[in-house]
Amino acid sequence: MRRVASWVLGFGRFWYGFIIGDDWIVAVAVAAGLAVTAWLNAARVAAWWVIPLVVIVTLRLSVQRSKRNTKH
Amino acid sequence: MNAIAPVLIITFLASAVEAIEMVTIVIGVGATRGWRSTLIGASAGFLVLAAIVAVFGVALSAVPIGPLRLVIGALLLIFGLQWFRKGVVRVAARGLAGIQVGATRDAEIWTGDGIDWTAFVLAFKGVLLEGLEIAFVVVSVGASAGQLGAAVIGGGAALVVVGALGAALVRVVVRIPRSFLQLVVGILLCTFGSFWAPEGLGVSWPGGDTAILGLLAVYVLAAATNIAIERRGAHRGKINVSLGGATR
Repeated sequence: MRRVASWVLGFGRFWYGFIIGDDWIVAVAVAAGLAVTAWLNAARVAAWWVIPLVVIVTLRLSVQRSKRNTKH
Repeated sequence: MNAIAPVLIITFLASAVEAIEMVTIVIGVGATRGWRSTLIGASAGFLVLAAIVAVFGVALSAVPIGPLRLVIGALLLIFGLQWFRKGVVRVAARGLAGIQVGATRDAEIWTGDGIDWTAFVLAFKGVLLEGLEIAFVVVSVGASAGQLGAAVIGGGAALVVVGALGAALVRVVVRIPRSFLQLVVGILLCTFGSFWAPEGLGVSWPGGDTAILGLLAVYVLAAATNIAIERRGAHRGKINVSLGGATR
């Protein structure tokens, strides 16, 4: 039982590290970007530009946040 | 006979495009995280792919690939963006020349006893998605032309040729400084993820598959801009520190 619990915990930890990593902003921005893409696409509006824009803006934000975290 | 050559050429070229994406991910992850878990992940991807092809056969084209593209694309994008940021920060801080100093600390190479699940998952997903796309190309072109055998040969040959080219390039790739490699792999994962995830939602890219090259160019430009901004900021900081010291 303890072995199963530790496996489940390890599995959860792995996916948390994989998705959230050391900056949760990235996962949230990508999820929001995909939601906007789906919404625009459903409304038959060209939506291919949303994710590249999200990547560029999130990259800048995340670089600044990592700099701030290393200073503190 | 006449129908065989076009089917061979079409399946070879279309499969080669997918195989390049697959091999790029496997080599990039292997060189950055270590080869053992990456190759186990890639092998597991091939096994699952073989099982899917064996079960579905020609009915493979009925498998919905959209949700798979969305999930795998989103995960690659999230993970790739984190490596993209780390690569930008490290290259901006140390430049290309100084990166190999302390490479083991930079590298994120797995040093534990067991499997590096990050490398495993990245390689597994890359092989499974791209392998499925190759299988779709082979089945759809082969079945519609009534030349399934020729299509299988074309797809298989593309995989072998691109795989061999990738294996030949491994020696060159492992010589690239690790933090720079992390930046490159981060950009590539972001590029593929940015393309697949919206495609999985039904979005059409202008220019089709060639949009991948456009995305790559945009992200390389974004990396260069961020590195330049960070370097200028660090340079200004140094000037301020030295000016502050001079006035004291």
